[in-house]
Amino acid sequence: MAFGPHLLLAALEGLVTSAVLALMALGLSLVFGVMRVVNVAHGEFYMLGAVVAWWVASLVTGHPALGFLAALVISPLIVGAVALLAERLVLRRLDYNPEATIVATIGILYILQQLALTFYGPDARPVAAPFTYRVLFPWFGYSGYKLAVVGASVALLLVTWFVLMRTRLGLVMRATQYDRETAQAFAIPVDRVYAGVFALGAMLAAVAAVLIVPISQAHYLMGLDPLLLSFIVVIIGGLGSLRGTLVAAVLIGLSDGIISAFFQPTLAKMIATLIVALVLVFRPTGLFGTSAR
Amino acid sequence: MTGEEATREMPATPVPRRRRPPAGNRVSTGRVVALHAGVIALLLALQFVLPSYHHGVLARVLVLAVFAMGYNLLFGYAGLLSLGHAMFFSAGLYGAGLSIYHLGWSAPSAFAGGVISGAVLATAIGVLALRTTGVAFMIVTMMFAQVFYLTTLYFNVWTGGDQGVVLQQQARTIPFAGSTIDLTDPATRYFAALALFSVVLFSVLALVRSPRGRVLVAIRENEQRTTMLGYDTFASKLVAVVISGIVCSAAGAAYALLFGYVGSTFASVQYSILPLLWVLLGGAATTLGPFVGTLLMYYLIDLSNDVLAAWAPGWNFSAIGIVGIALILLILFFPKGLLGSIRERWVPWLP
Repeated sequence: MAFGPHLLLAALEGLVTSAVLALMALGLSLVFGVMRVVNVAHGEFYMLGAVVAWWVASLVTGHPALGFLAALVISPLIVGAVALLAERLVLRRLDYNPEATIVATIGILYILQQLALTFYGPDARPVAAPFTYRVLFPWFGYSGYKLAVVGASVALLLVTWFVLMRTRLGLVMRATQYDRETAQAFAIPVDRVYAGVFALGAMLAAVAAVLIVPISQAHYLMGLDPLLLSFIVVIIGGLGSLRGTLVAAVLIGLSDGIISAFFQPTLAKMIATLIVALVLVFRPTGLFGTSAR
Repeated sequence: MTGEEATREMPATPVPRRRRPPAGNRVSTGRVVALHAGVIALLLALQFVLPSYHHGVLARVLVLAVFAMGYNLLFGYAGLLSLGHAMFFSAGLYGAGLSIYHLGWSAPSAFAGGVISGAVLATAIGVLALRTTGVAFMIVTMMFAQVFYLTTLYFNVWTGGDQGVVLQQQARTIPFAGSTIDLTDPATRYFAALALFSVVLFSVLALVRSPRGRVLVAIRENEQRTTMLGYDTFASKLVAVVISGIVCSAAGAAYALLFGYVGSTFASVQYSILPLLWVLLGGAATTLGPFVGTLLMYYLIDLSNDVLAAWAPGWNFSAIGIVGIALILLILFFPKGLLGSIRERWVPWLP
C-alpha cells in the first residue's frame, strides 16, 4: 500500500481512538473539574462497562444488534450505580480530601479488578458488532462499525455539551465547579451534585467501553492503558477545562494512531508519557487550561 | 455512677495531674534507642528459632521494609505522596543486577552501583517533579515511573523484560578475609538483610530526630510558614527525595543480590502502590511502622491466599482484591496506621 492510503488508514484508526478517548477523558475531566479529585478507578469503570456489556449481550438471543443495544443501555446504568455506591460509601466519608481520595480510588481499582477476575474470569471475550457493513475506499475496505463509533461518540458529546450548557442540571454542575461554597449558599445540594457527577463520569467511561468492545475484547486488565491515556488527555487539555479535553483527545488519539502505525508501540508510549510528564512539570495548567483556582 | 460519687471523686479544686515535663530529646533518647535495639535483637534471635519457610519470608520482608522506610521518609515525614517509587527500587535492582549480569562486577561494587543509579535518578526526578505540588506531584511521579517501566520493557535485550534475568550463585558471593560470604545461603542472607535493615533503621531514626528531619515535618504541616521562617523548602524537599531514593535503591540492590532475580515486575505500578500500603498500615511518620506494615501485609496476603484457595476454589482470588480492601479500610477508618494510633493513645514518645 502506498504511503497516502496507509496514512489515511492510520488516521482513521486514530480517529476511532480519539472518539472513545474523548468520552472517557470527558468523564475524568468532569469529575476533576467539579469535585477536584483524581479518580484513579476511572479505567476500571471502563473495564466494568465492557464486562457488563459482554454479560448483557450474552443473555440476549437473536440479532447481535439487539444484544448490543441492550448493553448500550444497561451497562452504563449498572456502572453508574456502582460508582454511586462507591461515592456514597467511600469518597464522601473522606470529605473529598484529594490525597485520601487517590488512595481510596486505588483501592476501588483493585477491588473492581478482583471482582471482574472472580465473576468474569481471566479470558478476553468479544461482543458481536451490531452490523458488519464495510465501507469501500478505492484502496481498502474499512469497518463501517468503526465509523459509526466515531459518529455515536460525536452525538454523545453533543448531548453532554447540551446538558452542561443548556439545562438546569448543567447549570447546577457548573455553579458547583465554579465556586462550591457560594453554590451551597444558593441552596444547591452540592453533596448530591458530587454524587451525580461521579456517577456521570463513570457512565461516560462505560459508554466508551460498550462502543469499543466489538472492536477490542473485554478483559479484566483492560482499564490501565485507557486510564493513562485519559490522564494524558486531561493534563494536556488543561485540568478542569472541558473544551481543552476534547481538543486534546482528538490530538492524542490521532497521533497515537499514526505513531503506532509507523513506530514501535512501546517506544511511542514511552515518549508520549515522558512528554506529558514534562508538560505537567513546566506548564502545570496544560496547553489550553486557565490557572486552576 | 451517681452524681454524689462523681463529686466525691472529683474535688472542687482539681489537683493538677503531675505530667512529666515535655519529653525533650535527652529524656526519651535512651528509651527510643533501647526500643529499636530491642527490635533488632529480637529479629536476630528469631533467626535461630524460625522454621525455614518463615525464615526466608522474614529475610524478604526485611528488605522490603527498607523499601517502605525509604518511602516513609518522603510520604510520612515530608508529606510528599509519590506514586512512582517503584522506579527507585528498580533502579537499585537493575543497577546492581545488570552490572553483575553484563559487566561481571563483584557483589559489593554492584551494590554501590545500584545505590548510585538510584541517587542519580532520584536527583533528576526530584528536580523535575518538585516543581509541582499536590495531585500534580502524584501524577508526575506516576508517569515518570511508567516511563521507567516501559524503558525496562523496551530494552528487553539487556533487561530481559518481563522474564527478567536470574543471577547465578557464584556472582552473589563476597570474598572476605580468606573465605567467601555466600549471599545465597539462607542464614547469611538473613544476616545481610538484617544488617541493611538495622543500618537504615538507625539512620532514619537519627535523621528524623535531627533538625533537618524537623524541617521536613514542618514542611508537611505548613510549607508556606516554613518558607517564611527562612528555610529553603525546595532544597529540603529535594534532599528528602534523594535520601528516599537512595534508601529505596539500596533495598532494590539488596533484593537483586540476596534473591538473585531482576525483572520488570518490580518497576510496575503495583510496586509503587505497595510501599504506600505498607506505610499506611504500619503508621506513616513512625520509624518502625514501615516494618510492621510490611510484615503484616505480607502474611495477610500469604495466609489469605491459602485460606481463600481452600474455601472458595475457582474464585480466582489474588492479592489485588486484598490489597484493594485493605487500602480502603485503612484510609477510611485507620488513617494513622497501627503504630500511629498506638502513639496517639498510649505511647506518646514513640518515634
